[in-house]
Amino acid sequence: MPENSDKVILQANNLVKIYSQRSGKFGFGSTQIKALDDVSITLKAGSTLAVVGESGSGKSTLARCLLQLHPFDSGEVLFDGKDLAKLDAQSLRGMRKYLQMVFQDPFASLNPRMKVGEIVSEGLLIHGLGSAAEQKENMLQMLKRVGLNADDAQKYPHQFSGGQRQRIGIARALVLQPKVVVCDEPVSALDVSVQAQILLLLKELQQEMGLSYIFISHDLRVVRHVADEIVVMHKGKIVEQGKVADIYNAPQQPYTQQLLSAIPGRKAA
Amino acid sequence: MSEILKIVNLSITPHNALSRLLVNNVSLTLSAGKTTCIVGESGSGKSLTALSIMSLLSKQLQASGNIVFQGQDISKLNEKSLQTIRGAKIGMIFQEPMTSLNPVLTVGYQIGESLTAHLGLKGTLLKDKIAALLTQVGIPPERANSYPDELSGGQRQRVMIAMSIACEPVLLIADEPTTALDVTVQAQILQLLDALKTRMNMAMLFITHDFGVVSDIADDVIVMFRGEIVETGSKKDLLNNPKHPYTKALLACVPDAEGKKQLKPIDYAWLRDGLTETKVVA
Repeated sequence: MPENSDKVILQANNLVKIYSQRSGKFGFGSTQIKALDDVSITLKAGSTLAVVGESGSGKSTLARCLLQLHPFDSGEVLFDGKDLAKLDAQSLRGMRKYLQMVFQDPFASLNPRMKVGEIVSEGLLIHGLGSAAEQKENMLQMLKRVGLNADDAQKYPHQFSGGQRQRIGIARALVLQPKVVVCDEPVSALDVSVQAQILLLLKELQQEMGLSYIFISHDLRVVRHVADEIVVMHKGKIVEQGKVADIYNAPQQPYTQQLLSAIPGRKAA
Repeated sequence: MSEILKIVNLSITPHNALSRLLVNNVSLTLSAGKTTCIVGESGSGKSLTALSIMSLLSKQLQASGNIVFQGQDISKLNEKSLQTIRGAKIGMIFQEPMTSLNPVLTVGYQIGESLTAHLGLKGTLLKDKIAALLTQVGIPPERANSYPDELSGGQRQRVMIAMSIACEPVLLIADEPTTALDVTVQAQILQLLDALKTRMNMAMLFITHDFGVVSDIADDVIVMFRGEIVETGSKKDLLNNPKHPYTKALLACVPDAEGKKQLKPIDYAWLRDGLTETKVVA
């Protein structure tokens, strides 16, 4: 935990995102789906905020709206006190290096035609951080930090296993020295042993680099291990939020209780 | 307790690399009314073992060993005789409910197929049976006329279950049936499978990589690693008192719902040395 652990790094206020969907005969009608319905969250610097919910609850939409990858209909996202939605394209691009994302599918999220070295250093190139030699040095250091070799920079993504690819995805996000990293189901496609490796790696990196995580997951056992605070979403709304230990020990809302009692293996344990 | 299926010394290799054992000398026994879980990481051979029971392996793979089902060796049977067993006496549920249902046929028709093929049911008798099966798995019977895309993931998996139990099999093979589902839906499906198993006194072979699921549904557990069975035992013994170093290592990296446990990834190098040592001693 950093010294000023109460500092808020990212804050979302009253986010609303509505998707319209064609419906009715021949799709002439339209229905509106509230993917985010008045969602507000606060991420403290150096901590991990987990967003949990079932499929369709709006957790991934929230992640994308926070990073301005999706426009939202109303509300505001404050990063370090600045409203991201009000920034012009160029300043927003400048901010993006502080806001990075690690994706769920380690197979789909890496360009198969790029070498790992190119994938990891692309962000440095785009943001013009350092000379070519420095960029390479940074990239190699980051690869080593996540447990890959210098030789791996010359390989293509298909030459790696799922866990190694997720390490590449983490290196790509962290090489820019971000402040906030949104992890969208980073371990749900991995075997338990690999999952444990990646979770430990994320935790170590958080302490070393002072990162703040938004950790999106449907696996409540994983969340229990990584998160400081938790937000439970259901049908686009936040049903409950608070400290992880409080919510797991004494869930207030019926939906949270139902979700927690569905964790497999709880009865026997 | 009667023995339903016995696998004796099953080995599976690719045709073009006969020395590469994907499944190595696996033997196991399934009994009526019991759920046996096979756990392991991806590539451990758990799905191949299940597929080989009904000779569903890819043509590029070759299996040796015996599959004894109700006293009869079914590993060498021809396709025609196998068809009288598949779906009738042995049912199977797959992981992806979307890809294992035909999108252009109604779910009622798909459930009815095996009833017509194996039991010769037709007309109103068939319709009634389909309705009864849907009710049994918790879907309103009028949904028989729906297409798979009109159902949610959990409902599709229920349809898969209805199909697999249609002819009242004595053995049900479930290959990661809840992996693609949300936790609350998963809990419902596990409950349903467990209730059906008890009611119909089936033997169930349940494949999973999730120890939480194992502790909810299993009677006996088999742990597989790199094509071999490393440990078998009752659920209670295996989860509380694992003997094999791999089982211990695997359990150490499963996160628990209380968050008390220190996660520890598997050290494969240590494990490899550890395994050869234990083998030398044995």
